[in-house]
Amino acid sequence: MLEQLSWKVGGQQGEGIDSTGEIFATALNRHGYFVYGYRHFSSRIKGGHTNYKIRVSTKVRPANADKLDILIAFDQETIDFNAHELRSGGVIIADEKFKPVAPEGMDIRFFVVPLTKFAEEAGSAIMKNMVALGASACVLGLPATTFESLITDMFLRKGQKVVDSNMTAISKGIEFMKENGGEIEEFRLQPGDGKQRLFLMGNDAIGLGALAAGARIMPAYPITPASDVMEYLIKKFPKVGGHVIQTEDEIAAITMTIGANYAGVRALTATSGPGLSLMMEAIGLAGMTETPCVIVDTQRGGPSTGMPTKHEQSDMYAVLFGTHGEIPKIVLAPATAEECFYMTIDAFNYAEKYQLPVLLITDLALSLAKQTVEPLEYDRIVIDRGNLATPEQLAAVEDGKLFKRYEFTKDNISPRVFPGQKGGVHHVTGVEHTEVGRPTEDATIRTKMMNKRLNKVQGELPNSVSYTGDENPDLLVIGVGSTIGVIDEALERLAAEGKSVGHAQVRVLSPFPTETLQKYVDKAKKVLVVENNATGQLKHLMQFFGVKGELQSQLKYDGNPYLPHEIYSHCKELF
Amino acid sequence: MATVKEFRNEVRPNWCPGCGDFSVQAAIQRALANTGREPENVAVISGIGCSGRISGYIHSYGVHAIHGRALPVAQGVKLANRNLTVIAAGGDGDGFGIGLNHFMHAVRRNMDITYIVMDNQIYGLTKGQTSPTSAHGFKNKTTPEGNIEHALTPAQVALGAGISFLAQGFSTDINQLTRLIEEAINYKGFSLVNVFSPCVTFNKINTYDWYKEHIVNLDNDESYDSGNRAAAMAKVVETNGLCTGLIFKEDRVAYEDLIPGYKQEPIVNQDITLSRELFNQCLKEFA
Repeated sequence: MLEQLSWKVGGQQGEGIDSTGEIFATALNRHGYFVYGYRHFSSRIKGGHTNYKIRVSTKVRPANADKLDILIAFDQETIDFNAHELRSGGVIIADEKFKPVAPEGMDIRFFVVPLTKFAEEAGSAIMKNMVALGASACVLGLPATTFESLITDMFLRKGQKVVDSNMTAISKGIEFMKENGGEIEEFRLQPGDGKQRLFLMGNDAIGLGALAAGARIMPAYPITPASDVMEYLIKKFPKVGGHVIQTEDEIAAITMTIGANYAGVRALTATSGPGLSLMMEAIGLAGMTETPCVIVDTQRGGPSTGMPTKHEQSDMYAVLFGTHGEIPKIVLAPATAEECFYMTIDAFNYAEKYQLPVLLITDLALSLAKQTVEPLEYDRIVIDRGNLATPEQLAAVEDGKLFKRYEFTKDNISPRVFPGQKGGVHHVTGVEHTEVGRPTEDATIRTKMMNKRLNKVQGELPNSVSYTGDENPDLLVIGVGSTIGVIDEALERLAAEGKSVGHAQVRVLSPFPTETLQKYVDKAKKVLVVENNATGQLKHLMQFFGVKGELQSQLKYDGNPYLPHEIYSHCKELF
Repeated sequence: MATVKEFRNEVRPNWCPGCGDFSVQAAIQRALANTGREPENVAVISGIGCSGRISGYIHSYGVHAIHGRALPVAQGVKLANRNLTVIAAGGDGDGFGIGLNHFMHAVRRNMDITYIVMDNQIYGLTKGQTSPTSAHGFKNKTTPEGNIEHALTPAQVALGAGISFLAQGFSTDINQLTRLIEEAINYKGFSLVNVFSPCVTFNKINTYDWYKEHIVNLDNDESYDSGNRAAAMAKVVETNGLCTGLIFKEDRVAYEDLIPGYKQEPIVNQDITLSRELFNQCLKEFA
């Protein structure tokens, strides 16, 4: 029986590849499997090969599998482009309609199924994906009922007849495979635990996190792979009186975000590399004026326009050092969709607590891949708006005088006021300023203000680094963002072979957790930093911020996330 | 009710003696008092340059932001708190050079914001370079042989972009300017008041006398119809953009009143807690 399975559907963009994958993944998620869905898409809307790869497992596996077990092909290109990923004995289910040709010289099982024909018989050719799902179900030994609740939820509003015809299409797929040797013993999938969990992508989790954190304004400019965050909130904000505004460019997006935060509303924007570059000057303004704001950067292949629909982790330098001058900044790097939710809430709390820009960075795989997540907990939502001026503080300001918005305090955090509050009138400027916001070039005040801003955050933030594995490992692997799943999987294999390994996951890049990382590095014999970029940004950041020790790099920057065996093989060489 | 005095502060503007911007500042302060605003309910958002300093010279909330970005900051403020009177202000380089894209889109969006541009046809604070409104042939630090580019005419651009409220003033006529700013503040939608505000230090061509000679005051033309966009455009073209008064005004629903689900009560005053019920509803979509 299989503990895990890798399944892929492919065809032309625009012919329902996404929805086929979604239905397969969601149905299995509902049956208590851990599912990971990774879409391969090109920078075009219709036409061109696209595929959706789903990993189903009885354990948490937020990563692609090394090999493919089942490939559903809606066209010959799908076979030609993807058959090489199949494991020996793997299955291809191809639509009879395009007269499929089996790949040469491969040990695979090739099923030509009348997907379109059966779909037409069931009511409409568009249901060929349902026939394909039925055919897959047969191979895995899953009954048609696996899909029933989902099909009902999806189509009942169109009438019971539509539900029935979809179920018929699924059954036709199952029956055909049964009659043609498609029930394969070794493909039986272990049952899931039946627990109800969520299935969502990082971008959805960020959107939901922002909503839960009380964000109510999002100015943003569309860009792959960030747009889903705004698209999610466009649906939700009207229910809570908020608003997403599609701006003319990224500079407008960030400056509007700053304006809204200045005026007292939690606001965010989301972008990717090229947009982030445009926002840099304004991020400096937020730092200088101590205006909270949350900026989501979903990293993709760079530099310049790079590879807009491909995965990379190469904005770390830009995010940390991007604006001119020196400003305080917090940079959070969640690793899973679940963390995207909770850390987005943290981002808003930190932004207001420390009155500075908070950047939340993800990578394409984390932003767009869907994964099974334990139910998110309402009771863990905490809103901390930081140091807001009290009515007494406001009443103490004489008429015509200015409020000390940038008052020097012990913890370097001054009380905030919002326009509209009597007594709070003050001036905000990107120019160096006094405690009431008046421009100044006074050397003493300048130095004091710089110190105040730069010392607002002291020490490391909580949970900056997590650790799993042996206490004193022979090999320590350090990762950031979505590499968490592949590293875990690779190290699990090594541990099963008796190797001593550890995994440190960096979740905060600013303030950089030098001390904690040093502690783990000191305990390990060898250290490998795994990341998706060409220059080893995380490794260099560790060195820049003073982590001592010999650090090795494993780098991949071809646009695709790691496969577990790539990290496994590399690590194995190091013992 | 607040008086003009309450919109004043103790700061001495770092403008050159004789700068046109002094009158613009005074006109804004008068207009705010005349329209019954209180300092704490006003936010003046400015860009950079000499005129960008204006947010610091008016006793109200204010942001002196970055070059060209006054309008998006102002729109963010307005979205957060629609009860505020939001005034964006800056110069011709700020608004029609680096910020022109934002201007066109602010026009298109039509939020209830008043935008005041102090147009002196030159970059002042950087000591006299050619601006987007400098005339063709204009000789200056960056165009010693004469400007080979043509000037942008703000009024023409604004009308072309579909603006719903457009006025122009001249900084020596503070009474007209005050009246125009008042009307712009009271207008429920995006309004531009473009002010000819001479730079006495660096612009030796477009002086007070030069403007006096060239400006056509529409207040003196009873036959002029400010409700007709085509007539407004014709007048702007005819005067080469150098006309003052209310040039065009039409009724249009402001952006804020078209947002689905957006409440009359400003967001900033609302409870931001997400209800457990709505949270659970959101989770269901991912099950």
